[in-house]
Amino acid sequence: MGKEVQILEDVTVRFAGDSGDGMQLTGSQFTNTTALFGNDLSTLPDYPAEIRAPAGTLYGVSGFQLHFGSNDIKTPGDSPDVLIAMNPAALKVNIKDLKSNAIIIVNTNAFDQKNLKLAQYEKNPLEDDSLKGYTVIPVPLSQLTANALEGSAISNKEVGRSKNFFALGMMYWLYNRPIEPTILWMESKFKNKPEILEANKKALSTGYYFGETTELFTTRYHVEPAKLEKGFYRNVSGNEATAIGMVAAAVKAKLQLFLGSYPITPASEILHELSRYKSYGVKTFQAEDEISAICAAIGASFAGDLALTTTSGPGLALKTEAVGLAVMTELPIVIINVQRGGPSTGLPTKTEQADLLQSMFGRNGEAPVVILAASTPVDCFYMAFEASRIALKYMVPVILLTDGYLANGSEPWRIPDPDSLPDISVQFRTEKEGYYPYSRNENLSRPWAIPGTPGLEHRIGGLEKANIYGTVSYDTENHEIMCKLREEKVNKIALDIPDLEVTGDLDADLLVVGWGGTFGSIAEAVQRARKNGYKIAQAHFKYLNPFPKNSAEVLKKYKSVLVPELNLGQLSHLLRSEFLIDVVQLNKVQGLPFKSIEIEERIIEILGGNNGK
Amino acid sequence: MANNESAVSQSEVKLTAKDFSTGQDVRWCPGCGDYSILAQMQRTAPDFGMKKENIVYVSGIGCSSRFPYYMDTYGFHSIHGRAPAIATGVKLANPELMVWVATGDGDLLSIGGNHFIHACRRNIDLKILLFNNRIYGLTKGQYSPTSEKGKKTKSTPFGSVDYPFHPISVAIGSGATFVARSLDREPKHLQAMMSRASKHTGIALIEILQNCNIFNDGAFELYTEKDTKADNVVVLEHGKPLVFGKNNEKGVRLNGFNPEVVSLEDGKFSLDDLWVHDEFDPDPTRAFILSRFIDNNALPLPIGIFMQIQKTSYDADVETQINNIKTSRGEGDLKSLFFDGNTWEVA
Ligand code: SF4
Repeated sequence: MGKEVQILEDVTVRFAGDSGDGMQLTGSQFTNTTALFGNDLSTLPDYPAEIRAPAGTLYGVSGFQLHFGSNDIKTPGDSPDVLIAMNPAALKVNIKDLKSNAIIIVNTNAFDQKNLKLAQYEKNPLEDDSLKGYTVIPVPLSQLTANALEGSAISNKEVGRSKNFFALGMMYWLYNRPIEPTILWMESKFKNKPEILEANKKALSTGYYFGETTELFTTRYHVEPAKLEKGFYRNVSGNEATAIGMVAAAVKAKLQLFLGSYPITPASEILHELSRYKSYGVKTFQAEDEISAICAAIGASFAGDLALTTTSGPGLALKTEAVGLAVMTELPIVIINVQRGGPSTGLPTKTEQADLLQSMFGRNGEAPVVILAASTPVDCFYMAFEASRIALKYMVPVILLTDGYLANGSEPWRIPDPDSLPDISVQFRTEKEGYYPYSRNENLSRPWAIPGTPGLEHRIGGLEKANIYGTVSYDTENHEIMCKLREEKVNKIALDIPDLEVTGDLDADLLVVGWGGTFGSIAEAVQRARKNGYKIAQAHFKYLNPFPKNSAEVLKKYKSVLVPELNLGQLSHLLRSEFLIDVVQLNKVQGLPFKSIEIEERIIEILGGNNGK
Repeated sequence: MANNESAVSQSEVKLTAKDFSTGQDVRWCPGCGDYSILAQMQRTAPDFGMKKENIVYVSGIGCSSRFPYYMDTYGFHSIHGRAPAIATGVKLANPELMVWVATGDGDLLSIGGNHFIHACRRNIDLKILLFNNRIYGLTKGQYSPTSEKGKKTKSTPFGSVDYPFHPISVAIGSGATFVARSLDREPKHLQAMMSRASKHTGIALIEILQNCNIFNDGAFELYTEKDTKADNVVVLEHGKPLVFGKNNEKGVRLNGFNPEVVSLEDGKFSLDDLWVHDEFDPDPTRAFILSRFIDNNALPLPIGIFMQIQKTSYDADVETQINNIKTSRGEGDLKSLFFDGNTWEVA
């Protein structure tokens, strides 16, 4: 029976249900299959803050969003085209985000009195007209799964759990994707549980054929593969990419990687990932607290390791004094802050970009550090590598800012040839002749002479150092010289980083400038507005201290500069004070990424709303 | 721990105390007990069996923490309280180094307390010299976490109302595997403790009662002055009974869990009745009882090794685990790392 097939350029799907409904798994299976199918994509999970929230409650809803297409996909999508709601709470929590004509697939069996009450629905939304405008597809998922698995050897509870695979099968049919990749995955995942394997396989395929036969679906959708660059790909989250980037940096620096870390959301996955990489010689130290984590890293750096500490905003606050010690002792260390909503404990599972000024200024004394920010999940790999390169070459602490959105979001990574990554190895000082702990090379960096090197025994520490000789010095003029040297060293790094690149219409009146994790939303907004005839230029900062050397020139070229950021204006503040220009702020602190439409609307507002003509 | 490379080979000229001196002006107050500790370390260090480039001294903040500047080895004068954490990183990065921590009672037990107890718990191979003068010296005289209750200082003009820590008890309670006490005024004894600590694998704490002649002068007089010391100090020696007194006429007997001083002169008790010290006792209970003698004025102050037990050290276990994984899985290369997980090809 022929169903209509509609070709779409891109689709945003959100799976939502109870924490126990397996939505993350369903979402990641759909993602893997979609990647194999050849679409470009971007994903974002949304976990409840509570570890085990009671079933059926609003705050126990767990979601997974996937945006895939035949074009270049830059974000996990503003608003879903399709919502799969496994219960009333999932519907209630997510409905406000949907496109106005979205498809809503609901598990009608979960819409009983108890669940409706838990979701604080007075009436069953499936039975009144509150969902008018949406295409609601009511599927008795639990019932259909139970029917399909009748006579199977597994318990009722396990049958209940299989319904997500039924839903997944249905989605595979709807979007015309094969079920085989998930079957393969099941065969390895459940290899020791043959009954469960059989049941899940059956639920998946029954779901698929249900799509085919039911009259509920009249249309099937097709999204062509994207034109991706040739090569091998894998899907990585920002945190995974960060961890891999650090290992790659250590290998290319020919150093042992040392991570000192204390568990903190949303940075812990970097610790988890690196703890798995022992065969690469990675040493991970789960410290007793944030301070110990960075101090151990500083000690490891003193002893000659590529030293790393990972944290989030509250942890960076605790590490502050030790960052100053790294500045004073001029030891290389990479500090990764996966930003989350603040201040204080704030919104641990939500994203924000509000630690830029903390990174820039949050230390006593004149204590400049290099600050980098990753722009996409995949970029976390390259920026972790770059942070290591700079730290080692200049003997400085480098703060790399990522955020919860990048950390948990994922996208396909075109796997690079390891040989294409640059050699970033450094020479330890071994030559005794003319050695002084604080002498400097052309980069103003001091020699790295590690314990174990005969004849170079020396002492360093947090007290001010005599220029060149490195002995303790209370000399007032020396202090000024040293403060300036430390600043100059960081500033000079501007000569060793890429220029700020401008894309879009270089001759536009408006430049949209972002930094870090907002890249995708801004790029999408700019692209759409340009398609509609507006002239816009875009630039994105990945280097925030020092700024790229052409920054002033770029910023001063445009009549208006719009700065969207997920804080109350931190980059705007830096741009104004550094370049004496005014900028238009666009700020959001809701713990959520920008929707590209929010940026697009602001662009149109600035440009007068008539296609700039 | 000292492997062949880091150990001094036999043929080399033996180092002397002078080789370990940086020759820098020492900046402690004249008469400070720290001078003696430095001198004993410089005298003992040549016997550690290590090349001096393989020895690192890490300190925090306080008078004691200037120590690394005077030892001609690698040194790190870090920030307040963090020496055990920095030292942990140094040792993990290069387990072949011998890493010492020089610290004080405020540094180690107040601001750095958390790092101290966790270093003990992990049994990482660090040797900690705790300069305990029971006062804040560098900040000019406030009471410290080891000051006795009621102490009048600048910040407690009416007497402190908090109870002190006993560092030895804290160390034992936290799982330390080598715990000792000595005095700045007992150079030979202090040297022996340093030397014994240097041979221990795992965490070693030496609490050194140190006189701050500026802000807490005479705090340990009872234990150091000729006429009082014999009656107030008992030297712990493995396998020997706890005997003290000018004429060795007193002893300590363990009555159940209660230590008590008995006379060896009145015929009631003989040496056979006394507590015989066993520093290798795997059960830390007795060592803990010894660590509380200080609460009871009737009991003498024990100095020496309270306990030492053998356990694998954290740093060694970290190495072993990595080596085992490398052996079983093979050494990782970037290609396998990049391709770890679900990959697909776009042709
Ligand atoms: S203040 Fe006390 S502890 Fe500090 S150097 Fe002077 S005498 Fe020694």
